[in-house]
Amino acid sequence: MSPRPDYFRVFLTFAGNSLVREMMFHVNFLIECVSSVTWTMMNLGFYLLIFHHTDSIGYQTGWGKWEFFAFLATTMLVNSIVQAFFMPNCEDISELIRTGGLDFALLKPIDTQFLISLEKIDWSSLANFAAGLVLLIASLIQMTTRAENPLTLHPLSLVLYVFYVLCGVAILYSLMIALSATSIWLGQNRSLYDFWFYITNFSRYPMEIYEGRLGTPLRWFCTYIVPVLIVVNVPAQIIARPISPDGSTSVWPLAGFTVIATAASLIASRWVFQASLRSYRSASS
Amino acid sequence: MLSRAQTWWMILRIALQERLVYRGDFALGTLMRFLPIVTQIFLWMAVFAARQGDQLAGYSYRDFVAYYLLTMVARAFSSMPGLSSGIAAQIRSGEVKKFLIQPVDLLGFLLLGRVAHKLAYYTVATLPFALVFFLCRGFFPGWPSATALAAGVLSLVLCFLLGYFLEAALGLVGFWWLEVSSLLFVYMLFSFFLSGHMFPLDMLPQPWHTLVELTPLQYLAYFPAAVLLGKIEGWDLVRGLCIEAGWVLFFALLARVLWHYGTRHYSAYGG
Repeated sequence: MSPRPDYFRVFLTFAGNSLVREMMFHVNFLIECVSSVTWTMMNLGFYLLIFHHTDSIGYQTGWGKWEFFAFLATTMLVNSIVQAFFMPNCEDISELIRTGGLDFALLKPIDTQFLISLEKIDWSSLANFAAGLVLLIASLIQMTTRAENPLTLHPLSLVLYVFYVLCGVAILYSLMIALSATSIWLGQNRSLYDFWFYITNFSRYPMEIYEGRLGTPLRWFCTYIVPVLIVVNVPAQIIARPISPDGSTSVWPLAGFTVIATAASLIASRWVFQASLRSYRSASS
Repeated sequence: MLSRAQTWWMILRIALQERLVYRGDFALGTLMRFLPIVTQIFLWMAVFAARQGDQLAGYSYRDFVAYYLLTMVARAFSSMPGLSSGIAAQIRSGEVKKFLIQPVDLLGFLLLGRVAHKLAYYTVATLPFALVFFLCRGFFPGWPSATALAAGVLSLVLCFLLGYFLEAALGLVGFWWLEVSSLLFVYMLFSFFLSGHMFPLDMLPQPWHTLVELTPLQYLAYFPAAVLLGKIEGWDLVRGLCIEAGWVLFFALLARVLWHYGTRHYSAYGG
């Protein structure tokens, strides 16, 4: 037995097994793909309606129709990755603790956090990933080919975009695993999931909309304390670059902060997870 | 007659006590429900900022916030969590048999359960609702007129009944399909966007506006909120209330008919 398991091969096995499981009910798989894409399309319709009545989100923020659709595509990409890889597993953690199934995960000669974060993959959620990609490409084509103020796309932007999308996924994952690990202490965490849903709700819009007496502290809180606002905003600004006409906003300080925030979130969630494991008292014995 | 009334009274009381067990969770849950609206409000604030304060489809920014809060009230009346899927599950598991044997009517029994649920919900939820409305009082144009208030309350009662019979009818389709989750998905999808709790339906361009007007979905959220805001007045108001009552009657009859034929079609699965 090798002292260190080959994590990548284990992951591939997980992915393969999940795919086999989903393909057993392939009609169900297709229906799930279609229904999640339909939700997204309805959502798109909602934003089309908004842009029927306005040219941009916020006064001179630069978030015009296609910039915002690139933003929306980024939301779809980040959320679909989180939903495909981490959501089905984190949902199960409280169940693992309640039934004592966590015992078996702890006994396996592999990192427990890795095992219980990636065991199942919901392939049908990746349908939204494809939809997001189509929307992103469509928006980029619109922005680069328009007559007025066209966007010039640097290859480096694309590389950075991918990097920051992954940072966003890592931040959301950290938040999710930390929240579900607390179910070891609380026994049940249903309301925590609602909490997770509500807090990521804030990440879905450009950060410029949080303005005013209530909005500015909220933006500050969701950027620096619970960094959900930078999850989508930073990659979307890098690719669509809605710079306000006075040219004052630059994404780079925030992008630098994102790297630090990602690392800090991962470390903090790892710490929470391991601390909660230490207080785990098996339910089955 | 009296014993019948006593039976129904007892059902209502039991259901009410059942619902009041988790009142703390209830109150907190109600406050949490306002959270998604916060982002919506910021979104519309940004849209109005881009329009430089112009009205949008006859709504000012303040109207929008007030509209959102009022649709929360309407949704609290019309939403029936788990009703359709519950009925379908009872049909599938064979539990529905008890309504065939006992002298209790399924639609009446479940309706009382929902009335009790809503009564319990409002006894506990009034406080968080009152708190939010008090904090946001600046967004309202003032108290609605007596007519608007009376019509609003009537439309809320009707929207509760509409929500109940509509979802009960969907659940009763389970006599034929057994599994109604795909049907429910389609219903949820349309009611989420077209009942008006995402945006006031006046925003829709033609021909969508007319199409949405023809569906009963607008009475689940848009109509009561718009009435309470004083956006619908005079003959339009009377006409709207009549159509809403018509839809209630339609779905009540539909649910009856589905129940009538469904029980004849039913072949008692389960033990």
